[in-house]
Amino acid sequence: MSESAIQFYPERATARSEPWLARAIIIGLTMLFLTVFVVLPLAIVFVQAFSHGAGAYFAALTEPESLSAIRLTLAVAAISVGLNLMFGLIAAWAIAKFEFRGKSVLVTLIDLPFSVSPVIAGLVFVLLFGAQGTLGPWLQRHDIQILFAVPGIALATTFVTFPFVSRALIPLMQEQGTLEEEAALSLGASGLQTFFRVTLPNIKWGVLYGVLLCNARAMGEFGAVSVVSGHIRGETNTMPLLVEILYNEYQFVAAFAVASLLALLALVTLVAKTVLERHLDQGRQTRDD
Amino acid sequence: MTARAGRRDTLPGFGLTMGLTLTWLSIIILIPLAGLFLKTFELSLAEFVGIVTSRRTLNALKISFGLAFAAALVNLVMGGIVVWALVRYRFPGRRLFDAIVDIPFALPTAVAGIALTSLFARNGWLGAPLAELGIKVAFTPLGIFMAMVFIGIPFVVRTVQPVLIDLDPEIEEAAASLGADRWQTIRRVILPSLVPALLTGFALAFARAVGEYGSVIFIAGNLPNVSEIAPLLIVIRLAEFRYADATAIAVVMLVAAFLVILVVNRLQHWAQTRIPVH
Repeated sequence: MSESAIQFYPERATARSEPWLARAIIIGLTMLFLTVFVVLPLAIVFVQAFSHGAGAYFAALTEPESLSAIRLTLAVAAISVGLNLMFGLIAAWAIAKFEFRGKSVLVTLIDLPFSVSPVIAGLVFVLLFGAQGTLGPWLQRHDIQILFAVPGIALATTFVTFPFVSRALIPLMQEQGTLEEEAALSLGASGLQTFFRVTLPNIKWGVLYGVLLCNARAMGEFGAVSVVSGHIRGETNTMPLLVEILYNEYQFVAAFAVASLLALLALVTLVAKTVLERHLDQGRQTRDD
Repeated sequence: MTARAGRRDTLPGFGLTMGLTLTWLSIIILIPLAGLFLKTFELSLAEFVGIVTSRRTLNALKISFGLAFAAALVNLVMGGIVVWALVRYRFPGRRLFDAIVDIPFALPTAVAGIALTSLFARNGWLGAPLAELGIKVAFTPLGIFMAMVFIGIPFVVRTVQPVLIDLDPEIEEAAASLGADRWQTIRRVILPSLVPALLTGFALAFARAVGEYGSVIFIAGNLPNVSEIAPLLIVIRLAEFRYADATAIAVVMLVAAFLVILVVNRLQHWAQTRIPVH
């Protein structure tokens, strides 16, 4: 037995790798595919944005229309991320810390927005709040503007970013279990004290992770916002919508300048995500030890 | 959903948080989506069928579903190759390539749309050499396909990656020591344990591509019956105040999305219940 193990030992080194030619082809295809489909599209955004020099780039970004789009995007993201953060914490507490029937159904329902076309996410709110919609006449009588205004944009954005925070928190809180909370409660802490002093510090990296991804999507959302915005220039155009308008007007430098800010946001998000994932992995390892 | 807390004595707040969760979920997601389905009941069955089977709608659905399927297939194959290289090999830039796999998730779709369009336009970095070969990408169905491939890249890679990392090296060594050559080991031993993850990634990429709007409409050309995707037709019908038409197309797409969710859930179940690989 031991003899055969020794006999097979030299093969172990090569048992899990392919011939060098196959390796070279696989690595080559990987680099080619990711370069064509990811690196080049990203690079062209910045090249086009600066194609007429830095002066034209910053001039495009400081146009009143651009500034108003940036402000609106920040405001909508703040509303949507804030709402989804609150919901995410509440939902994660109920789902991760308790056992109940129908849990998987509930999780599937929370994840639903990931599977729905962004255009449909916008459409459902037009059907509810539009002039011909279910609540449209009532809103008109009370002079409440939801569609083609900030509330509609924030609602549609909240819809498409709904799952991010709870998705980041549920698995994390399930792994952590309930022992620490039970200890705090048995020592006389109230429920809220337990949550803020025990649970929240334990999940802080997860919360940041969820907020980060939620924010990136909220600022970049296009389809859903496009349907409910009404495209009122200087009023209801977010940055992605402004990119579309400028592009369709052949103002390519301006379109790519605004797009470059969003691309920068995506890059910063990815870097921050990598850092947060490292923190989360470390937390997992110390728990395992 | 009967909330029967298994450990009801231990932690407080189940009733409150569950109530808030269900309320908020209903307001933002469930009631708006239910409203969409209710709206279609204002149509008679004949009207509904008439809208969905009209030439322009059928063509838009065919374009969206057909090209999404083709793009997801490419993502399945290329995703498999990419994830293999990222997990199994060491090469210069590996960590960077690993990180940028998520770009299609993170990059706003409108940005991706105009970037891909200028990349593949006739005078673009890739469009110009392709035009020399007589291949036109931007403003054709091929452009839609390219945008859908872009948007689907992360799904297969990110669903397969953890499974491939966790795969026990001993089963491969066992196969090799029993006389299997490398190709047999991959085909008979490794591939079967990756199948649920591969199919999940494929289904997710397909679902995303079917509903994709922002990254597609710039490069699509948007010619009715030729390069007009279903989500764009919804937007067009809305702009024409033909709400019934928009709703009917949306319902078809939603039902398809629900079917994909169902398939993915079955796949996950399958992956969990089969013999563990480690």
